[in-house]
Amino acid sequence: MLRYLLQRLLAALPTFIGISLLIFLAIRLIPGDAITATLGTEAGMLTPAQRESLRAYYGLDRPAPEQYVFWITEAVKGNLGFSIRHGKPVLELILERFPLTLELALFAVTIALTIGIPLGLLSAIYHNSIIDLLARLFALIGLSMPGFLVGTVIIFVLSVVFRTLPNSGNYVSFAEDPSKNIQQLFFPALTLGFAFSASVMRMTRSSMLEVLREDYVRTARSKGLPEGRVITRHALRNALIPVVTPIGIEMGYLLGGTFIVEQLFALPGLGRLVVNAISQREYALVQGAVLFVSFNFVIINIAVDLIYAAIDPRISYDRRA
Amino acid sequence: MTAVLSTTETLPQQPSFLRRLLANLSGVVGLVIVLLFLVVAVLGILGLTPYPSIEQHPRDRLQAPSATYLMGTDLFGRDVTSRVMEGAGNSLKVALLSVSLSSVVGITLGMIAGFVGGTVDNIIMRVMDIFFAFPALLLALVVVTVMGPGLTQTGLAIAVVYMPIFARVARGPVLAMKEREFVLAARCLGMNPARVLSRHIFPNTLAPLIVQISLALSWSLLTEAGLSFLGLGTQPPAASWGVMLSESRGIAEKAPWLLLFPGLAIMLGVMGFNLLGDGLRDILDPRMRGTR
Repeated sequence: MLRYLLQRLLAALPTFIGISLLIFLAIRLIPGDAITATLGTEAGMLTPAQRESLRAYYGLDRPAPEQYVFWITEAVKGNLGFSIRHGKPVLELILERFPLTLELALFAVTIALTIGIPLGLLSAIYHNSIIDLLARLFALIGLSMPGFLVGTVIIFVLSVVFRTLPNSGNYVSFAEDPSKNIQQLFFPALTLGFAFSASVMRMTRSSMLEVLREDYVRTARSKGLPEGRVITRHALRNALIPVVTPIGIEMGYLLGGTFIVEQLFALPGLGRLVVNAISQREYALVQGAVLFVSFNFVIINIAVDLIYAAIDPRISYDRRA
Repeated sequence: MTAVLSTTETLPQQPSFLRRLLANLSGVVGLVIVLLFLVVAVLGILGLTPYPSIEQHPRDRLQAPSATYLMGTDLFGRDVTSRVMEGAGNSLKVALLSVSLSSVVGITLGMIAGFVGGTVDNIIMRVMDIFFAFPALLLALVVVTVMGPGLTQTGLAIAVVYMPIFARVARGPVLAMKEREFVLAARCLGMNPARVLSRHIFPNTLAPLIVQISLALSWSLLTEAGLSFLGLGTQPPAASWGVMLSESRGIAEKAPWLLLFPGLAIMLGVMGFNLLGDGLRDILDPRMRGTR
């Protein structure tokens, strides 16, 4: 397993380099001056002399390949630049905001699995019944409603029917007040998890339908095992294995998809930081945050492969096996 | 040869593609919704709306749906029906731009990668992997950051996200197809590789690509609305379902129709293309039938 992990990390190295190169080039493609691109709107207040010394300070007077090597070497050391607007190093800002985004994504996955797996299971067991039809209708609606629509509807229902608003305002971290934190994050997580629960339902249903047709399930039934036991012990355990990979990949997408939900519910997470940085043209921050999120995305994909290998006894990444 | 002919003659004739699509419930519902969307969108593009979409009627602000304003009016007294129609038109423009661009570039790259193989395949697919390494919405955001907000930029951003997906979907069938006898025969006859690819391989890889195009259109509607909702897509006063939904925040309590109609439009549009995609997959890939 360790050998496989190292192999995967090595194989991911070109991807990491490619990602960083793409981000580096993308930011340089932005029309306008590189200092504006790095400092945002604050750059307008600089004198020509200050501008020149900043160009030298950031290495912008050097050739592009040299700039890339400088940037990536600094990034590896943990220096992603400095945000003038926030008055803090970019990495520090990212690490401040990331826990909220991660918690939101984990919460959303929990909600999605809690709704999606039982629904997919029921739908497959009662294939072609009214339960199946309703569950499929739920999935269809779930997949057709983007997060910002679900969120807007949730806020509307809460404010009109319950005369309350989720959160907003002062966000409290889990460490400060767990109960208030969960209250604040429940509706954003539901917004994020709703569409995901629909795709989990579809995957579970389709995988379960396939497994229920397998010979070993028929054997278990013909041995006279109670149906509940056949389903939980024989079918479900195998049906869930192929669902793990898409769930893991989706988890990565959720990390990148919190932008809209954080914006909608005014949550100070990483997504909101990036969206605000884009509108304030604070490109050093955009560059750093995008690099951070995409690296996490690649790492999550590798982790998913490892989990898959761990839970599926048929797969062994050890060459000797 | 005679034996082969006589065998094929006894096979029952397969119903036409359209007939099979019409026999599939998902396909029919999807097709109807998509056609409806297309009609509304084209009317929106041509400006054949009840009122000009940016015309303000200050005396009729926040009017509930009525015979004069079928879907009511917004905060500026603009007709919501006309704006939903123009929004459909803008969604269609973005969808057509993004899907045609991403499919042409992606499919060409994927087919070349699969057909040529070796180093070329490795280079193309590793570059595609880099695009895959970004969460989709984040990549779209990066592209919009570089090019600035706007309708065309949104279309290009979505195209960049979808291109590697088309490349991957196109490459798989080409790999399987290039070893088939009829392809080898064409190559042995000295046919130009580009012609082999376009005349013999491409038509046989269409099935998964058609399904993917339908799903890409649905994703394009979602992303256009999402980016516009964030203020990074279509720019006001031009109408977009995402912009309208964003503008409804805070006043939807007084005027719920401002949330209802653009919301329903997004949901139905996406649902239509998803259902059509499901129906097409059922027909074109029988193994998937009834599993969703």
